[in-house]
Order: sequence, then structure tokens, then C-alpha cells
Amino acid sequence: MQTIKAVQEEIIDEFSMFEDWEERYQYMIDLGKSLPLIEEQYKKEDNIIKGCQSRVWVHAEMNEGKVVFTADSDAIITKGIIAILIRVFSNQTPKSIIEAEMHFIDQIGLKEHLSPTRANGLVSMIKQLKMYAIAYQTQLN
Amino acid sequence: MIIKEGVKKMFQVENIRKDFPILLRKVNGKPLIYFDNAATSQTPKQVIDVIVDYYTNYNANIHRGVHTLSQEATDKYEEARHKIQKHFNAKKAPEIIFTSGTTHSINIISSGFEALLNEGDEVIVSALEHHSNIVPWQMLCEKTGAILKVIPMNQLGELEINEYDKLLSKKTKLVFVNHISNALGTINPIKNIIDKAHKVGAAVLIDGAQACPHIKPDVQELDVDFYVASAHKICGPTGVGMLYGKEEWLNKLPPYQGGGEMIATVSFEKTTYADLPHKFEAGTPNICGGIAFGKAIDYMNAIGFEAIMSYENELLRYGTSQLLEIEGLTIYGQSKNKASVISFNLDGIHPYDVGTLLDKMGIAVRTGHHCAQPVMDYYKIPGTIRASFSFYNTKEEIDILVKGVKKAKLMLS
Repeated sequence: MQTIKAVQEEIIDEFSMFEDWEERYQYMIDLGKSLPLIEEQYKKEDNIIKGCQSRVWVHAEMNEGKVVFTADSDAIITKGIIAILIRVFSNQTPKSIIEAEMHFIDQIGLKEHLSPTRANGLVSMIKQLKMYAIAYQTQLN
Repeated sequence: MIIKEGVKKMFQVENIRKDFPILLRKVNGKPLIYFDNAATSQTPKQVIDVIVDYYTNYNANIHRGVHTLSQEATDKYEEARHKIQKHFNAKKAPEIIFTSGTTHSINIISSGFEALLNEGDEVIVSALEHHSNIVPWQMLCEKTGAILKVIPMNQLGELEINEYDKLLSKKTKLVFVNHISNALGTINPIKNIIDKAHKVGAAVLIDGAQACPHIKPDVQELDVDFYVASAHKICGPTGVGMLYGKEEWLNKLPPYQGGGEMIATVSFEKTTYADLPHKFEAGTPNICGGIAFGKAIDYMNAIGFEAIMSYENELLRYGTSQLLEIEGLTIYGQSKNKASVISFNLDGIHPYDVGTLLDKMGIAVRTGHHCAQPVMDYYKIPGTIRASFSFYNTKEEIDILVKGVKKAKLMLS
């Protein structure tokens, strides 16, 4: 399994091929469409991430020492963003998720192009994924 | 007809646009198209100049100052109050209270009514309200044991006046309705609502935040008890607004906040409150904001509300017909009496996605529930895309919006 850093580099690489915002957003939209959907039973109020304009559900499970995330959203661009985050964080150990630096967001032009309220949504998503990792890490200790 | 043509001749949108420096800026490399006017309007340079002039030349605390600057600032501030009084046709200047905005104005009334309501009394609000219009009344009812009743809406986004008739009774103490709905743009029949409330002896508070950019309300003709608005929706700055109240009502309500300005005499035994309007204006107000509010009203009146309304109606008709040509597009709120607000959705597409892509194209719209969740619940939608037009917008800009929506639809389908 690649490290979180390596996955981020890979994503930055992919995004560098896009010439304009349209290609970038089209890619995110397509990613959103391909996101493995969360199982219906996990689409519940407890799993909703607060701070997003659209609704986002995240579910986490431990599998052989690694955290596996699934998610869904009712907005497709949000779903694309969370698909990228899941690609970075899923199937990693809790410790590496907690310690991960998120340098790719600025570099792929996500944060600078999202308004504060939307960026808060992104920040809330990252925070939530890390919270799950912290919870699992506590169990391991 | 002659009048209408005359109005049109005088109304030159190209010239008006020159008054708004912000319209020259680019967003994401594209010329800004600002269609979020129902959230806040842009500021003309005439108003910006007044703000600069205030801080450059006569910034001082007002009332009771003996020095020249304080006197100048006081004169300008009170002159602004008179402009607002004249604009709304209030009988007296002290009936105009400066506030921090519509929400503040509403809270002055709702907290004042705490002393006037008894258990079992009823307060009527409408289903078209903004959150800020629902929460204070819920709080008031919780505290007093009064009961909150709601005038329902129909599919067109209009209030069901027949239902309103049924809600009214001797128990009704206060009716609270917006003049124009922020989420849908419906112009409510407030004169009818006010007259009916008065027949059962209830007071009426009208939220004019969304109406004042389009209409010049006459509070005496309406015979409304309270009317509230914000400066920032009518080309003024944020953080300042007004509360109109009939003198007899304002005298009846207790003060909202304690502090300087609102007292006449103070001793540890007893404080006497100042006369209107100062009773409700505790502390140092937004002096510059109040003066700029007055200027914004001058600016709008110089263009003329008849011309503004007629031009905006043209934009509304054009925008509505152009947007409806897009397959799978639904417009929410289709009352015949509507301000230049179009709330819409694309079939199977989340409003947030469309708003995000439009922003990339330099187009500012609002997406979400517009702080009117009950309205969204009625239509069973998470929110809408809301494009709200002002007198400085153009049909060419609407064309770009329509193209943008089509492009977003293509990308998201």
C-alpha cells in the first residue's frame, strides 16, 4: 500500500495535466460518480458531517489494522472532493492518518477556489476523517 | 404609457453601472456578474464617498458633544433620520429608530412584547419567513406561554389568505409577515393582512428587508404598526438598519438594552428613560452607517422607485422566460406578484453543484435553503439556486447566466 504522501503526489500529478478549471471540475465530477457508495444503513444522522452546504455521510471501519472509509453526498462535486480525500486516507493506519500533512489541497487548486463556507466543508471533512483515526488509535493503545 | 416611456428614457443602465466600482472587477478571470442582490446589494460610489468623507472630516461621537465635530456628526446623523422618515412617510422623525439591521429591529419588538403578552395569547407568522423571523417569536412564545400560529403557503409560493382569516381572533396580539419573501420573491398582500389584523385589535410588524430595494413603502398609508429594514440591501452599508414604529406603540414598549444615550436621568434609586427615539438607541450607534444609509436612500430616490421597479420587472420576465427554456429546470415561487428573484433547480442536480460551477464562471448566485427551511420543506427540496436581480443588472448578464446554467447542467449530468 502506498503511503499517504505518495498518494498525494500522485493526485497532484494527475491534476497538473488539466489545463483549466473545467477539466479539473469535470474530473472531480467524474470521481464523484465513481465513489463507492456508503451502505444505506450508514446514511444516518450520526454520520452526517456538519459544516457542509450539502449533506455528507462518512462511515469508517477497521480492517487488519487499517481504517477503511466509505462516504456519500447528495452533491456530486462534494462527492468528488470526498472521493479524493478517501483515496488519500482510506486503507491507512490510524497513526499515519493522524500525522498526515495535507499539502495536496492547495496544490490542486481546491482550497483557493472554494469559498470560506465551502472550504469549511472541506476542513470539516478532513477533521472528521482524522477524528475516526484518533478514535481507532485510542482503541489500539 | 407616456409616463412609462419617459421613465425608460431616463433610466440608462450603462450610466448607472458606472456608479458601482465593484462591477468592474473580475472573479476567477471572468467579469463579475452579481446576482446575489437579495443577500446584499452593491454600494455606489456616492455612498462610498460619504463613508470616506465621514472618517476623513468629521468622525466624532454624537449627541451632547459641545465641540464642532460632534455637532457636525450629530447634525448629519439626525438629517439621515429625517431622510428615512420622509422616505417611509412616517409622521414623525422619532418614530424612526436606528438599529444594526432588520434582525436587531425584530428583536426589539419581540423582546418588547414579552411584557405585553399573556399565556394563551396568539402570535401569527407566515410560512414564508426567514429564520430570523421565526426564532425570536418562538423564543417569545416559550417565555410568555403565547401560542405561535402559521399562515400556510400554496404551490405558487403565495400565502393562503383564507387560512389567515381563520387564524385571526380576539386572542391574536401580533401578526408578523414579510413584505417580500427572500426565498421566492413573492410580494405579500400586506395592506390586506394589516387591515384584517387591526379588526381584531392585533398589532402588525412587517419585515421590509427584501421589499425596500424594489418598493417605496408608505407606512401611514399602510397603517402598519411596525416596519423594519436593513440599509445593506438598498445600496447602503452593512450593520445598520431601521425600525419604524407608531409613536404610541414605541412608547408602550420597554427599552431593549440599557446603556448610554437611552437614559434621561440616572440615580441608584431610579432611572428615567430618554424620549423616542433615544430610548431604543443605547450606546454609541453606527454613526457613519446611519449617515450612509441616508445617502443610499437619496441615491435610490434620485433614480426613482418607479423606474427601478419597471426595469427590474423587465429583467424578471426576461430571466424567467430564458431560464424556463432549459429542459428540467423548475422555478419555485410563481406568484404574479413577484420581485426580481428567481429561485430554481435543475432536475436531479444539487443546487450546491450548480452554484459552485457558476462561481467558476464569475457568476455570483446564492445556493442553499436561504434561511427559509420551512419553505424548502414545503417543496421537499434541500435548497435552490437563487438569482436576484437589481437595477444595475442587464439582460446580457442574464444571457451569460443562462449559458452558465446550461454548461453546468451538461457537466453535471
